[in-house]
Amino acid sequence: MKDSGPSSRRQLLRMSAAVGGGLLARPDRPRAAEDMPSELGAPLGPYGDRSPFEKAVRWRRDTKTPQTGSSFTPLEDSVGTLTPSSLHYERHHSGIPTIDPSRHRLLIHGMVERPLSLSMADIRRLPSVSRIFVLECGGNSGSEWAAKTAPDVQRSHGLASCSEWNGVPLSLVLTEARIRSGAAWVIAEGADACRMERSIPLPKAMDDILLAYGQNGEALRPAQGYPLRLIIPGWEGNANVKWLHSLKLADQPYMARDETAKYTDLMPDGKARLFSYQMEAKSVITFPSGGQTLSSPGLYELTGLAWSGHGRIERVEITTDGGRNWAKALLQEPRLPIAFTRFRLPWRFDGREAVIASRATDESGYVQPTRDALIAVRGTNSAYHYNGIKLWKVHADGTVTNVEV
Amino acid sequence: MVKPSAMVLLAAAALAAQSAKYGVGRPPTEDEIRGLGLAIAPDGTGLPEGSGTAVAGREVFAALCSRCHGDKGEGGIGPPLVGGQGTLATAKPLKTVGSFWPYATTVWDYVNRAMPFDQPGLLKPPQVYAVVAYILNLNGIIGSDQVIDAKSLPKVKMPNRDGFVPDPRPDVGNKTRAKR
Ligand code: HEC
Repeated sequence: MKDSGPSSRRQLLRMSAAVGGGLLARPDRPRAAEDMPSELGAPLGPYGDRSPFEKAVRWRRDTKTPQTGSSFTPLEDSVGTLTPSSLHYERHHSGIPTIDPSRHRLLIHGMVERPLSLSMADIRRLPSVSRIFVLECGGNSGSEWAAKTAPDVQRSHGLASCSEWNGVPLSLVLTEARIRSGAAWVIAEGADACRMERSIPLPKAMDDILLAYGQNGEALRPAQGYPLRLIIPGWEGNANVKWLHSLKLADQPYMARDETAKYTDLMPDGKARLFSYQMEAKSVITFPSGGQTLSSPGLYELTGLAWSGHGRIERVEITTDGGRNWAKALLQEPRLPIAFTRFRLPWRFDGREAVIASRATDESGYVQPTRDALIAVRGTNSAYHYNGIKLWKVHADGTVTNVEV
Repeated sequence: MVKPSAMVLLAAAALAAQSAKYGVGRPPTEDEIRGLGLAIAPDGTGLPEGSGTAVAGREVFAALCSRCHGDKGEGGIGPPLVGGQGTLATAKPLKTVGSFWPYATTVWDYVNRAMPFDQPGLLKPPQVYAVVAYILNLNGIIGSDQVIDAKSLPKVKMPNRDGFVPDPRPDVGNKTRAKR
């Protein structure tokens, strides 16, 4: 085995570099710390990749058609409060279109005095803002309604991600088009294959909605609506229409498929709730969480994420005894409204089974409810808008599972 | 000679043009508005000319829809389009066009914009009217020779038309939150 060891391989590489002018030759496996600093590193690159040692990826639920479905952010591997664009959750109904921004236009029509057709260059000329917002799918945590809840935090809560969004206030563009009296709704349409359609009440459109073209310091990713999408602070992801190409001012909601047949919460009495746009306060422990293992008893930092569609997170409490006692977690500042807030609490795992959970309170005073309380009112068939407390069981051997197994 | 009403309109247009603060963009062309003006309101606003019956729609469905939705709309690669009436308040609700969708106009709007799934935009308005009539007929909502057009479609009463209520949240736990 004298020739196959890593050091002889390095020698070979160095030799070939010297002989063949092979400065482009790179070691074919990532270098470990103890190898440093005996060899030259990789050259500079035009667009960054993460370390080959980092493996966190989105998880995708199987669907019969690969163009529809969701992929979930690996929240258990997240640090801080921002989600890398490459790991932002996805939810598409008809695939991801490829759009040339030089040919993309936004049409503003219907009940306006000055119908407008705007190019991306026009939109980029307008005064812009950057805001950090969480985006959460209306169906996030939908698996938690079931008797057997999701086994890890990626699958239970991964349809939520937090980004800095850059764009133009929608109110500015609507004002520019001069809304006619009587208009009360904005019908948004995307340029994907199903031309995703949603109705948005005009007061919200004139309040804080963004026409976003930037995310985390660069253009939107194609999967996030490139080149233009709506960002509707605090509202279910589906309404944040991606690949936006039309805004029609109207006097009524259009009752699109995705606001009647979908994203409506079915109650036990058979009635369904219409236009449940806003996402309520929610939190989840990301470490330790389902699928992870504590290597030994001792001191750990419990950590997780909290957010609310209604504003700032005011308080997060943590239980490590199944809900009998709650302790206040430390909240990372700055606590931005409608954004991920990271919380932390030191905890000594003594090698005995423990049921842990977090509970968020937002600035409106609303307290995240238990799963039982939600089910008592809404039953188990409402599918969307689940925000119950998530329990994890830390077993004596340090493994972590969901509680409802 | 320009008529007074047209003059008023011209003056209003000039005023509107002046009042733009940033002055970006241009007026859209008729084609642009037509191309993106697909949205159909529940009162039928936006529905184009044309008509169809379930009898005609059966052929459209067999040719373009059944490979994904099944011969009789029972589902396959695509979701079922029939059945489920009476199940909404049970442990296993089946939400379909027939059991759940509150407006027939939504079926027209959605099929027109999004179906066939892999060839959206393929159908001409009379084909959409016909295939929507067929789906409604499969669900026992209309007769097989009932003519569906811009006038009759909004009048179709869907079984679950009254099955929706406004969002009452906060509905669980402490309800102190001031609604925004
Ligand atoms: C290639 C497969 C395919 C074909 C062909 C197809 N569909 Fe679909 N259809 C789907 C899929 C997949 C969905 C669900 C899309 C989603 O998840 O958003 C769907 C959804 C629908 C829905 C909404 C059902 C619901 O309850 O949400 C209707 C109505 C529909 N199709 C009608 C049609 C009609 C009419 C045709 C023929 C003109 C057609 N489809 C052709 C795959 C297909």
